[in-house]
Amino acid sequence: MSESGTARAEILRRIRTKLPPQTESAAASYARVPREYTQCGSLDHEAMIDLLIDRLVDYDSDVLRVPKGGDVSGAVAGLLAKKGETRLIVPPQVDPAWVPAGLDLLPDTPPLKTDAIEGAQAVLTPCEVAVASTGTIILKHGPVQGRRVLTLLPDHHICIVREDQVVESVPEAFARLTGTGDAPLTTISGPSATADIEMTRIRGVHGPRRLSVILIGL
Amino acid sequence: MSVRVGKTATAPAFPVAAKKAMQDDQLRRNVHHATSVIRGKRELRVAEMPDWQRLRDAGHAIKDHTLLYLDHYLEMFERNCERAGGKVHWARDADEANAIAIQLIQRYGGTEAGGIEAIKVKTMTSDEVQMNPALEAAGIHPYETDLADMIVQMGEDQPSHIVVPALHKNRHQIREIFIKKMELDSLGDQPADLADAARVYLREKFLRVKIGISGANYAIAETGAVCVVESEGNGRMCLTMPDVLITLIGIEKVIPTFRDLDTFLQLLPRSATGERMNPYNSLWTGVHPGDGPQAFHVILLDNGRTELLENERERETLDCIRCGACLNACPVYRETGGHAYGSIYSGPIGAILSPQLQSMEHSRSLPYASSLCGACYEVCPVKINIPETLIHLRGRVVRENQETFLGSIAPENLGMQLAAHLFTHPDEYEMAQSLAAIGQKPLMRGDLIGPLPGLLGGWTKFRDLAPIPSQSFRDWWKSREKQQHKEAR
Ligand code: SF4
Repeated sequence: MSESGTARAEILRRIRTKLPPQTESAAASYARVPREYTQCGSLDHEAMIDLLIDRLVDYDSDVLRVPKGGDVSGAVAGLLAKKGETRLIVPPQVDPAWVPAGLDLLPDTPPLKTDAIEGAQAVLTPCEVAVASTGTIILKHGPVQGRRVLTLLPDHHICIVREDQVVESVPEAFARLTGTGDAPLTTISGPSATADIEMTRIRGVHGPRRLSVILIGL
Repeated sequence: MSVRVGKTATAPAFPVAAKKAMQDDQLRRNVHHATSVIRGKRELRVAEMPDWQRLRDAGHAIKDHTLLYLDHYLEMFERNCERAGGKVHWARDADEANAIAIQLIQRYGGTEAGGIEAIKVKTMTSDEVQMNPALEAAGIHPYETDLADMIVQMGEDQPSHIVVPALHKNRHQIREIFIKKMELDSLGDQPADLADAARVYLREKFLRVKIGISGANYAIAETGAVCVVESEGNGRMCLTMPDVLITLIGIEKVIPTFRDLDTFLQLLPRSATGERMNPYNSLWTGVHPGDGPQAFHVILLDNGRTELLENERERETLDCIRCGACLNACPVYRETGGHAYGSIYSGPIGAILSPQLQSMEHSRSLPYASSLCGACYEVCPVKINIPETLIHLRGRVVRENQETFLGSIAPENLGMQLAAHLFTHPDEYEMAQSLAAIGQKPLMRGDLIGPLPGLLGGWTKFRDLAPIPSQSFRDWWKSREKQQHKEAR
């Protein structure tokens, strides 16, 4: 047996000899874990969206609202124009209707090389679910929301959130994500930040310096 | 076995180290400032949650349950992680964990002269096993990428807090370290200037270095997924950019289901940094073609943890989710900072975790490094009863001491034995009391007892002692009864 195999057997043996004998199955014992904390939010839709916006702004994110069927690409163009950004990355299956014309567009098909990603100024993706009470956006990485690196290296992340993807509480978000498979997940709450130096919050240490959110109405 | 919690074996005992820390005003100012800021933010964010106590109950219950079925969940995690393309290794102690990491790094990175480089996400567990010195001895250069950890590494220092390891340094001290180690000619002294310097310095490493090392906040048995919680994006970089990822996980970090994350991701950020949610959480399962590292290895670490499973009181220590709230709340930590604990786990959790992991061989003074005020218990998001555990461990220290010959004839022990005898023999107790009331006279300074000689001097060094009254309560009671008797007649 390999060294690690021996270690495995020994650690498991130690666990079994130290623990008191259990009379019920793990599943039965797990079922008795009390979960009396709030599972679902209680706000109506508009109040929930207001809460999300409040939380996003509190974490230094830009927020724009666009009604259903409204001009998403115009909103994207406006956000890019603010800092004169033109080199935009899009994941393979991003909705082409969101992408403004006249850009130096970098589709991730075939997969972009690291220096091309590093050289881009912005990235545009949708998300999987957003949590109003914490201002958190959750990405499920793949052809629609992009590989992890795409939303990591560029300075500006523009994220499109449909209002039907917004939930109020963290438990609701995890309920929606349960069973969605093995794809990597990244949860994002504002731009990257550190408070390691004298507890002063500084934005944009290693990840994107700016996060912009476009909310599409129901 | 080489169970290690940092450099505990060579560290001075807490009272010695604490005395030195108490004389460093700059350090105390830095620690006070940082802990006060986090405490304030935490209180605000916890007050927002009407269901906080119920969340704590759930967190505690999930952890308790998981530990009772630990073998079951570890095997389940291993199965699911490997199904998704990861490889799980098991390490009994610090040396074994380091050896596995070194072997893997050499397998992927070669052993050519000049050395191999690795980038690291903040992991207390790797500090626990002293992985960096072990890697360096094998010719591997590990770069810490968490800003605070980088400051500690560049300053050739030790972490002093489990969440904000460099909180004992102010920006001027950090600037000095950066100028020297990054070989910069000039650098501003604003926090933003320092963060920018770190960004430029590390970006090059993130894009070039092929091996990443991380810890993990959670390992999910049900799915085989691993979760890292962070703020700066250095975590995302180390988990995404390298070709190979090695993740070191203490066996107590496993949780049963994906859904359990909703409990812990509510409890942890609010307790740790006073945020509703930390900027980034990364969750990944095995290997994903075309996205992130294409080789993923997990090292499951025991390092003394299984020893804590037997006793219920001790087992609870493994519930800890390393939020650091108990450090910020602790009046002792706030005065001494983290280094005085001589272990990388400092503050109240360090005071119970470090001695136990090492079977009380080292850091025996740590269970005494507390005022037992209960603040740590109050803030702990998973409701670990730290004060009770401190008392339990003090009992263990005393019992173990008594079992040695020197311990059995030590003045404390003899004194305690005498006291125990007197407390169970009322007549002798009263006799001793009246003798003491006479005997204390030469020590009286005014109405109080001044400095005591010998062993007892520790008590009176910083405080005065009220004397034993000339008439004891029992005497007074007896005379009162006699008096009443007389009056009744
Ligand atoms: S003991 Fe509790 S408060 Fe202290 S670090 Fe662990 S989880 Fe946080």
